[in-house]
Amino acid sequence: MTRPYGTLTRNATVTRINHWITAACFILLMLSGLSMFDPVLFWLSNLFGGGAWTRMIHPWIGVVLLISYSGLIIQFWRDNLWTRNDLAWLMAIDKVLVNKEEGVPEVARFNAGQKFVFWSMTLLVPTLFFTGLVIWEYYFGTYTSIPTQRAALLIHSLGAIAAIIIWIVHVYAAIWVRGSMRAMTQGYVTPGWAWRHHRKWFRALATTGSTGPKPNANGRSEK
Amino acid sequence: MSNLQSQDYIRISATTTTPPSARNWEDQVSKLIDVTRCIGCKACQAACMEWNNLRDEVGEFHGTYDNPLDLDPHTWTVMKFTEHENPKGDLEWLIRKDGCMHCEDPGCLKACPAPGAIVQYANGIVDFISENCIGCGYCVKGCPFDIPRISEVDHKSYKCTLCSDRVAVGLEPACVKACPTGAIMFGSKKDMTDWAGERIVDLKSRGFENAGLYDPPGVQGTHVMYVLHHADTPGIYAGLPENPKISSTVEFWKGLIKPVALAGIAAAAVSGFLHWIIAGPNEVQPEDEEEAKHVLQANGFPEAEGRDHRTEHQA
Repeated sequence: MTRPYGTLTRNATVTRINHWITAACFILLMLSGLSMFDPVLFWLSNLFGGGAWTRMIHPWIGVVLLISYSGLIIQFWRDNLWTRNDLAWLMAIDKVLVNKEEGVPEVARFNAGQKFVFWSMTLLVPTLFFTGLVIWEYYFGTYTSIPTQRAALLIHSLGAIAAIIIWIVHVYAAIWVRGSMRAMTQGYVTPGWAWRHHRKWFRALATTGSTGPKPNANGRSEK
Repeated sequence: MSNLQSQDYIRISATTTTPPSARNWEDQVSKLIDVTRCIGCKACQAACMEWNNLRDEVGEFHGTYDNPLDLDPHTWTVMKFTEHENPKGDLEWLIRKDGCMHCEDPGCLKACPAPGAIVQYANGIVDFISENCIGCGYCVKGCPFDIPRISEVDHKSYKCTLCSDRVAVGLEPACVKACPTGAIMFGSKKDMTDWAGERIVDLKSRGFENAGLYDPPGVQGTHVMYVLHHADTPGIYAGLPENPKISSTVEFWKGLIKPVALAGIAAAAVSGFLHWIIAGPNEVQPEDEEEAKHVLQANGFPEAEGRDHRTEHQA
């Protein structure tokens, strides 16, 4: 990979691989899940080899996603902790939305919107997994009562819809904020990108002499 | 079990268009199970096995007359025996033939996500078309009577067909043909309702003042009806539901949230597109790179010197 000299690492290689495994699982789960959710989308099951294959494969992809997303939680949770600064950023969301970021509070590695996506998915993924187990007819069809399974189906459906809408927000934000997509494909951003969107993170890297993604813990020792 | 039928459909699962419905000159049918005349001989169970080529595995004795204990993929009807002590202190042996009730408003069909896996014929019979079944188990959640059973071998859902294959060629269901006491009858829904009415008058005259017909309105009536001596308390007949209807959870899940969810997803995508054409992309400006360079230089980044060339290229 040709990576321009002097850029900053936004996401390490392991993080990017982890992210794209999760992304692939999510997209497959969305397509197969929607085919079983609304009959007008049943044709999507053809992508998976028909209805029975869709029913068989969907929960297994879910298992992979849970494991994969757990990896993302481990890597990202600390940088997603909520701070008072996030509230101030949210108050200035109107400026953010029209691309006028002057006067908006400086953002560390993740802004409040990214944190919202992270924590929503952190809540929804386990919810979808456990309600999914209840309705996984093949293995667990007899473990719970029918009323429990009905409730699980409803929660699973509502949770999935919420997750899909949040996923759309996530994908659009990556398209909207130019340079973000490359941060998750090739893994680097330009200093200007970091300055513009994550100035606090940028300053932390600059003052500790780090090229990212984390500031050096012991100051400037690493050069 | 098969859709080689000489009649058209009223409903097809997971299908939004009108099903083929020209061949509709057919009476609504019903099976009438007169619980008050049942002697518990299980001839109906044997006939069901024989006609449908079902042979369940021999199970274990559980200390009751119920055999097998419950419905399963190979047992589409089973006699449920209840020893009921009435208020006078007398024992009543209540024997109810359990199986699919063939609801006029079938919860299984409403819940089913697979097009054509569950159909309702013009005569009211609700049938599973197994080759279209995907084995998801939604019908189990949709059914207010706990009837469908998923096979652990082929992962298809099974239940009583009301012998739709026999009925289609003018025969009565196998259980009806086998019943030695006339406790199971079959005909048009109207004839069966009329016949039940006569029988109920008879029962009332013999002291069963709460005798009545079980044709629950919560599912818009059923195409399998019971004559009960105690129609006011159907629960005593091995848990026959008092007022069965499709669970509101299922109605909500299969009703309102489907269009609302798809509209919500579409709205999210459209909002993104509108934002893109109104506000447009958020692009890094040359000034940003300049500022960043100053900060890096101020912090003594050796790389910062060589960045100029690339930054111009980038901008």
